[in-house]
Amino acid sequence: MIALVDYGAGNLTSVRKALDALGASFWTPTSPDEVARAAGIIVPGVGHFSATSALDAPWRTAILEAVNRSMPLLGICVGLQWLFEGSTEAPEVPGLGLMAGRCTLLSDGQAVDHELRSKDGGKQQAIGRRLKVPHVGWNSLAFPKPSRLFEGLVEGTQVYFTHSYAAPVVAATAAITVHGMPFSAAVEDGLVAGVQFHPEKSGDAGLRILRNWLTEA
Amino acid sequence: MLSKRIIACLDVRDGRVVKGINFEGLREAGDPALLARRYNVEGIDEIVILDVTATLEARQARAQTIAAVAHEIFLPLCVGGGIRTEGDAAAAVEAGADKVSLNTAALLDPSLITTLARRYGSQAVVVAIDARWQDGRAAVYVRSGQAETPRDAVNWAREATERGAGEILLTSIDRDGTKSGFDCALTAAVSDAVNIPVIASGGAGTFEHFAEVFTTGHADAALAASIFHFNEHSVEALKGFLHERNIPVRLPGHGTVPGAPDAPVHPQHG
Repeated sequence: MIALVDYGAGNLTSVRKALDALGASFWTPTSPDEVARAAGIIVPGVGHFSATSALDAPWRTAILEAVNRSMPLLGICVGLQWLFEGSTEAPEVPGLGLMAGRCTLLSDGQAVDHELRSKDGGKQQAIGRRLKVPHVGWNSLAFPKPSRLFEGLVEGTQVYFTHSYAAPVVAATAAITVHGMPFSAAVEDGLVAGVQFHPEKSGDAGLRILRNWLTEA
Repeated sequence: MLSKRIIACLDVRDGRVVKGINFEGLREAGDPALLARRYNVEGIDEIVILDVTATLEARQARAQTIAAVAHEIFLPLCVGGGIRTEGDAAAAVEAGADKVSLNTAALLDPSLITTLARRYGSQAVVVAIDARWQDGRAAVYVRSGQAETPRDAVNWAREATERGAGEILLTSIDRDGTKSGFDCALTAAVSDAVNIPVIASGGAGTFEHFAEVFTTGHADAALAASIFHFNEHSVEALKGFLHERNIPVRLPGHGTVPGAPDAPVHPQHG
C-alpha cells in the first residue's frame, strides 16, 4: 500500500485517478505513525511552499525514519521542492533537507519590468517578450544520468509543468528542464525521488514514469 | 523549450457538446467524454469544458460531465462557465477539474480571483476575457458577448494577473466561430502586457491560423472547438504542420521508446 500524504495542498483527485489506473493500492494516512506500514510514500502538492508547513515535526520524523529504512519516497511538484532545504517562496518553512540547495523563483536573469506591474497599467508601449511565470505547459526532459524513474523514456520526452519556483540542478538530478534557467525536473537518489512536473497530468509518458516508481515501491 | 499548447474546448450544454457561431445558433457535436477520449489519442495538450448555459441548478449535471471527461484523460482539465462562487469552483475541482476559468464572476467581484488563488494556487485560476475592438480599444464583454463593460482587455488582464490569475483565456468575440483566423493583434496586445500565459481563442479555421497566433500573436496556447469536433482537422496533423514550421509542440506518441517491450500504459475504462 502506498501512503498518499494529504496535507491540504491542492486536490489529490488526479493523483488518485492515476494510481487507480495503474492498479496501485493506496490510502491517505491520518497520522504520522501510519506511514511506517507503507510500501512507499507519495508527497504530492500544488500551490504554495508554505503549505508544506502542515507536515510538522512528527510527519517529518516519520517520513525520514521510513526513508532510512529504505522505503521509496516520491515528491510531486511542491513535494519535490520539499525534498530540498527550503524555498525562497516561504523562507521560514524548512524543507526535508534530503537534497542540498534551495528552490528559487524561475528567472532568466532579466530585470523585471516594473512598468508592467503598475496597477493602473496606464502605459501600453510595446515591451517585447519576457519569461512567463508560472511555467505552464509541456516541456522536454534531458537526462543527465540514467535513472529508474525514466526507464523506457527517450530524451526529449515532454511532460506537463505548472509552477513558479524550481529546485537547482544537483548531483541527484535525474532530469533537467529549462525555462529561463535550467532546473531539476526530477531528482533520484537511491529510493528518494521527486518530480517537478505532474506525471498524473502528462498522458502516457507520465503514467509510465509513475509506474516506474511504483515498481520500486 | 516550452511547447505551444493546443487546447480543445468542449462547449457543453445539458451534458452535450455544442458549438456556436458568434455565441449564437449552437450546433450539436456530441458526447464530451467520447470527444475527450479521441483528442487524448490524437495528442491534445489540454481540455477546457465551458458549460455555456450553466446555472446554479446545473452544478450537479456539470460535475457529472467533468467526472466523465476526467475519467478519460490524464491531461490538464479546465472548467469554466457558471463558476460564480468559491463553492462553484470547489465543486468543479472536486469533480476532477485542475483549473477553473472565471469570466463574469471575476468582473463582478475581482477578489474572487485572489480567494481562489489562495485556496488552490494561481495555477488553478484562469481568467477568461471576451473582447472585441471598439473605437480602437479592446472592450471587454460579458454575458456570452452580449453586454459591453467599461473595461479594457489589456488593463483587465494586468489586474487579473496582479490579483493572482495563473493564465488568461482571451476570446475574440468577433472571430469566435467564424474560422477567419485568431485576432493576433488583440492576442499580442494582451500577451505582451502580462507575464502569465495567454491562451488565444476564437477564429481557428486553418493550420495557418495557429501558426500566426503563435508567432505574430505571441500566444502561449491556442484553443479551438469546432474545427476539431467535426473531424475537419485532426490535432495530430495540426501539430505536424506546426512542427514543420519550427513552432515547438508536443508531438503525439514520442514519449516512450518505440517498440520497447514495455509499451506505454493506458488507463482501463469501464
